[in-house]
This record gives sequence, C-alpha cells and structure tokens, in this order.
Amino acid sequence: MDVLNEWAFIGVFLVLAPILPVLPIMGAWLFRPKRANVLKSQTYECGVETVGDTWVQFRVQYYIYGLIFLVFDVEMVLLFPWAVAYHKLSFFAFAAGLLFIFLLTDALIYAWRKGILIWR
Amino acid sequence: MDCTGLCEVLTQGGTDPGLAQFLSILLGVLLVVTVPLITVIFLIWIERKIAARIQDRLGPNRVGPFGLLQTFADLIKLLAKEDITPASADRLLYNAAPLLSLAAVALIWAVVPYTPYHVGADLDIGALYFVAVASLGTLAIMIAGWASNNKYALLGAFRVVALLVSYEIPLVFALLVPVMLAGSMSMVDIIHAQSGMWFIFMAPLAGVLFFISSQAETGRAPFDLIEAESELVAGFNIEYSGMKFGMFFAAEFLHVFTNGVLITILFLGGWYFPGWQMPLIAFMWLGLKAFIPYFISLWIRNTVPRLRIDQVMKFNWFFLVPLSIVNVLILAFLVMVLKEIGWVPVDETGAMALAQAGFIELLPMTIVLFISNVLICVPIVNRLRRMGVEQRAAREQLRTQRAMAAGD
Repeated sequence: MDVLNEWAFIGVFLVLAPILPVLPIMGAWLFRPKRANVLKSQTYECGVETVGDTWVQFRVQYYIYGLIFLVFDVEMVLLFPWAVAYHKLSFFAFAAGLLFIFLLTDALIYAWRKGILIWR
Repeated sequence: MDCTGLCEVLTQGGTDPGLAQFLSILLGVLLVVTVPLITVIFLIWIERKIAARIQDRLGPNRVGPFGLLQTFADLIKLLAKEDITPASADRLLYNAAPLLSLAAVALIWAVVPYTPYHVGADLDIGALYFVAVASLGTLAIMIAGWASNNKYALLGAFRVVALLVSYEIPLVFALLVPVMLAGSMSMVDIIHAQSGMWFIFMAPLAGVLFFISSQAETGRAPFDLIEAESELVAGFNIEYSGMKFGMFFAAEFLHVFTNGVLITILFLGGWYFPGWQMPLIAFMWLGLKAFIPYFISLWIRNTVPRLRIDQVMKFNWFFLVPLSIVNVLILAFLVMVLKEIGWVPVDETGAMALAQAGFIELLPMTIVLFISNVLICVPIVNRLRRMGVEQRAAREQLRTQRAMAAGD
C-alpha cells in the first residue's frame, strides 16, 4: 500500500474507533430504566454526604513527576531516529547518541540526588 | 495512491475511484477494529476461568457449555442497568472518557500485523504510533477521574496518572531495543528481522522490562493502585454504571491481551515459528504466542499482592528506569563491538541486517548478547534479594523490641 493510504487508514480508524463504543451505549439507552432522582444522582461517597470541593489544587508532587516524564519523553522522541539508523551508523554518530543518553541519565541523577523521586 | 483488491473491483464496476478507495479503507478499518472487540468477549471468559482455577474455584460454568455464554449474559445485564450521571459531574467529559478509553486500546490494533500480508496500516513509525496511542488511555483515566467530581475517583486518577507516566519511561526504553536491532519502527519489519532469531533471546532483559512496565500500564496487580478496592472503593470508574462501566472494563481486559500481542511482535517473533511459514497458520501462531505473556500476566495478577504507591514509584525510578537505560547502552555498545569483529550479519553496504540472516549466522551474536544480559541481571537481582533480607530482618527486630517493651 501507498504511504498516503496507510495514513488514510489511520485517519478513518481515528474517527471510527470512538464511534464503535458509542453503539452499545446507545443500545443500552433503549433498554435501560430511566428513573433518575435526586438521591441517585448524588456523588457517591459510601453513604456520607460530600464535604467541600473535589476540584482542588493537587499536590505539587504530581507536577514534578510530570516534568521529569516530559524531559524523558521528549528525549525519547529524539532517540528513536537514532535507534532506527543504528544499524548503519558510523562510530562517531553512534558515540553522539551515547552522549545524548548520558545527558539524559545526568538529568535522572540530578533528580535522584535532589530527592524528588521519593514519593511522599 | 494505488488501488488494488476491493478498490480495483469497485472501480471496474463503475464506482468513482476516490469513493472506491474510501470504501475499501473503511471496510479494512471495520475488519481490523472488529477483531479486538470480538476477541474481548472471549478474553473475559478466559480470564475469569484462569483466575478461578488459580484461586481453586470453578469459575463461570452455568451459562452455556463451560460457561462460554457467561459474558453475553453479563452484557445483557449491563445493557439493562440504569445509567446514572452524577448531578455534579462534568457531563461532556464524563461521557467522553469511556469512549476514549476503549478507543485508545482499539487504535493500537491498527498497526498489528496479523500475517505478513494482512496488516491494518504498516506505518513506518509503527512503534512510535503505539507509544502515542497507548498514552491516550492515561488521558481517558484522568478525564474520567476529574469529570466524575468524586474524591475517590480523583484520588485514583491522580495516582494512576503518576504511575502510568512513570512506567512509560522503561516501557519506551525497552521498546528502543527491538527498534535498534531491526533498524526500523515498522512492526512488519521488526517481525521480519526476527526470522532467524527471536529478540527475546538477544535481549531478554528488554523483554522482561517491557513486560513489567506493560503490566503496570494496564493497571494490573501488583500495580493495581488504580482500583485499590480497600482504599479507593473502585478508583477512577467509581461513578460509572451500566454500559459506560462496561467500556472501561472491556478496555482493561483488551489492553492485557493487546500487550501480549505487542510483546509477541516485538520480542517473540510475531508470526514466525520454526518450520511453519504459511500465511493462514501465521495468524494462528501470533495468537497462540500472545497467550504466553497474557497467561503470565494473569498468573501474576492472581498471585501477587498489591504494592503501596511509594513502593511502586521507588521500584520504577530507582530500579526500572536506570536498568532500562543501562540495558540500552550496553546493548548498543556490544552490538557495535560485535559488528567490528564480524559476528553480526551485514548486507553489502556494511549495515547490520538481521532479516536476511539465518539461525546459525545469528547464534554467536545471540549467545554474547544473552550472556551480557544475564551478567547485568545477576548483581542486580542479588542486590534486590539482599535488600529484601535486610528489610525483613529490620522489621523482625522492631517486632521483637515492641514485644519486649510490652512485656516490661
């Protein structure tokens, strides 16, 4: 198949994949009972009434993990082309890739020594 | 764009070429997307049967022969359940999350090569596509937790996202290994590169790392902090009922098997099996081999207790991530050295080419890489064992001290 064809396939898939789960949900709409009342649509908390707001500011810990992940993920995207070309790389191009991974490890070691990787 | 098969037939029958192209793609998508959705119905039965056997139960055995129709009965039950949206929830996101959850898993199947000739889309960047699409599932969980406006759900979603995001790093690093060995990100090329020797023998460590982190990505025990029934009741999907809950449920079950299929493609040689190269049998081999990681995953799920979030994070950041980086570095270095001394099969341009090489040619290289992997593992596993012994001893000491203090 043509390159463009492959992406057309993914395009159609992207549209269709969320639509297919809609079908059983719509199907259920035909059969299911629809007797909503105030008590049913309350927030579930094991029978206790909810206190305070749920949508709060979350702990900064999650944000830090997100940041470290972002560093790794962006560098991963840059490492994949290196991996694809690995089988025909010259030694210096190979060494450049290794250097890049070392820099990545450096970031990990920094975060490690700072102690932010420990879950508190 | 070329036009073959169904598209060609339609064009000759007088259909507009563009429309014919679109129709053939649409049919292909429907075929590819139906396979996982049909599979999941039987996967649920298989998983329940295996779980039951491990726990010394019989499992579903009333509805139909061997309880095979149990899933259909459950489906009908879910269809008839009332669908409640909490009054305080964000309606749009709340309804979109289950759709995204299942779609994220189904989308992976677009690049799964069933046989050498039957693949949804043989993308040049298949491996990268998998990483991109699989993280949509994380997004779905985050959306579900946030939109439910429920504290259990939100806490579950927070934990899950921290967990999934962390375990994606060793996953992607392990994924780098087959890409390096095959010299391509296309799933079909990766399988072709394993015609002589499966990658699991060249890079067993990468295979194990991929398996562990994919187990975490599905949120299965010992990483099932998503659900953590005793703390979070049900986690992110607590407010969902009826068919919407069913979608999350199906997505999880399907994800486990999808990971089995991916491990088969990346490390177990896909449709290759010594002595069998027929296309139709190829499909069978892929399915059968996918059951090996799938079964191990179920086995672990039903025998290992849940870890605490801090233990899970520690295991990832202080063990899996450094190990996966070291693994890539050592493998890259060793293959380069092996190429210099001529133990790696090369093509006429001098580039590494595993696809054309046979079993015998690949044997010396495989043995060296396998031994190097074992050598990396031995001190690390040894250290882990020692740490475990020390922790147990410390806990024992604490207990004795407490007992003595109580005795006084």
